[in-house]
Amino acid sequence: MARTAERPAVAGTSLVPLVHRIAWRRRETSDVVTIALEAVGESLAPFRAGQFHMLTAFGVGEVAISVSGTPGAPGPVEHTIRDVGAVSHALSHLPAGGVVGARGPFGTSWGVAGLEEEDVVVIAGGIGLAPLRGAVHQLSKRRGPGRLTVLVGARTPDQLVFADDVRRWRELGADVRLTVDAATPDWGGEVGLVTALLPGASFDPARTVGLLCGPEVMMRFAAADLADLGVDSSCIRVSLERNMQCGAGICGHCQLGPLLLCRDGPVVTYGGTVAALMGQVER
Amino acid sequence: MTEELAELVARHPLFAGLPTDVASLVAGCAHNAAFGTGELLLAEGEPAEALYLLRRGRVALEIRKPGSGQLVVETLRPGELVGLSWLFPPHRWRTDARAMEPVGVVSVDAACLLAKAEADPAFGFALMKRLLPVLLSRLQATRVRLLDLYGDGAHR
Repeated sequence: MARTAERPAVAGTSLVPLVHRIAWRRRETSDVVTIALEAVGESLAPFRAGQFHMLTAFGVGEVAISVSGTPGAPGPVEHTIRDVGAVSHALSHLPAGGVVGARGPFGTSWGVAGLEEEDVVVIAGGIGLAPLRGAVHQLSKRRGPGRLTVLVGARTPDQLVFADDVRRWRELGADVRLTVDAATPDWGGEVGLVTALLPGASFDPARTVGLLCGPEVMMRFAAADLADLGVDSSCIRVSLERNMQCGAGICGHCQLGPLLLCRDGPVVTYGGTVAALMGQVER
Repeated sequence: MTEELAELVARHPLFAGLPTDVASLVAGCAHNAAFGTGELLLAEGEPAEALYLLRRGRVALEIRKPGSGQLVVETLRPGELVGLSWLFPPHRWRTDARAMEPVGVVSVDAACLLAKAEADPAFGFALMKRLLPVLLSRLQATRVRLLDLYGDGAHR
């Protein structure tokens, strides 16, 4: 029997990881690493910005990691990982040449393909910039009239990621603003909540799309602030994460109300059901 | 001059949309001021005698910490308000506010403004409806920052 026939029939929702090698790794902060994966044999299907892969640290476990690379870019696929648990710890400490498993891509995307005319406001908190990175790359190269604003918050200046990308996005015309909760003596930038950057940003709320990723409380506040400024809640997209396991909407571990976030998310439209769900206390 | 100031006051986001006579009342207590990079707009412990409508440049709110120097707790941008301690007793600044770059403000004399607010409750109420949202939003932002949201992040 052919090897591909042994895998589940539904393309892109395989439960069997494909073997990948770490082509290179780059430390972003003290606890964040980007690893770039290249297939050893069969390749994963192309991804869209905002989607995630299930990555396996062999012998440890599997975890959902958003792709931080740019769709369609040649070369290995980048994933940015924060060392917060056993699997992410193992993945983030593997050396270049190390082998991991990968399944996917899974879930919904930021949907940037249709955003030529619109102003786009990206709001990211901490490592939340990673799932947005590919989308911002794509948006920064738009030729349409839409303006691009990127607001990034972090705990401290040394927790800000992707400094080279920030420079490039600015060169391409994006209005990128950074802020931290706690400044260090050498920090000459903004200090305060990321949403405090909104009043200084230039966008037309009537034709603005918001893309939000970060701690859920931050996204809730940011979405509310955007809505208060006149952005329609149906034009605000948030990336939600729960306990992603199968990635295919089968196991139900990532359920949030009527949503299975590995399938219906991670990127969902704020407003209505999602706004209500984000305000609930889950037990 | 006062007409120009009234225009500046009316254009500032804090007072935008207010009737002209209200902006004129504020402007009657105001003058333009400038601060060089590193200069203090207000200093902890000093009498809080003015509010500043920030027009140009950024301002850092700082708290002195022994052994650590000045800790920047918040930065303010053009369009924002610097200084609220003049509003309530003991009328003393609780932080320093330092110009991060050349700063231009409309400086409003607090005693003058409070006297007008006391004498004209409608003006006072209009003033409070503009000032209290600033306090509220800063309180709410501080609460969120207290959660240290970025400290216990998810995998991605």
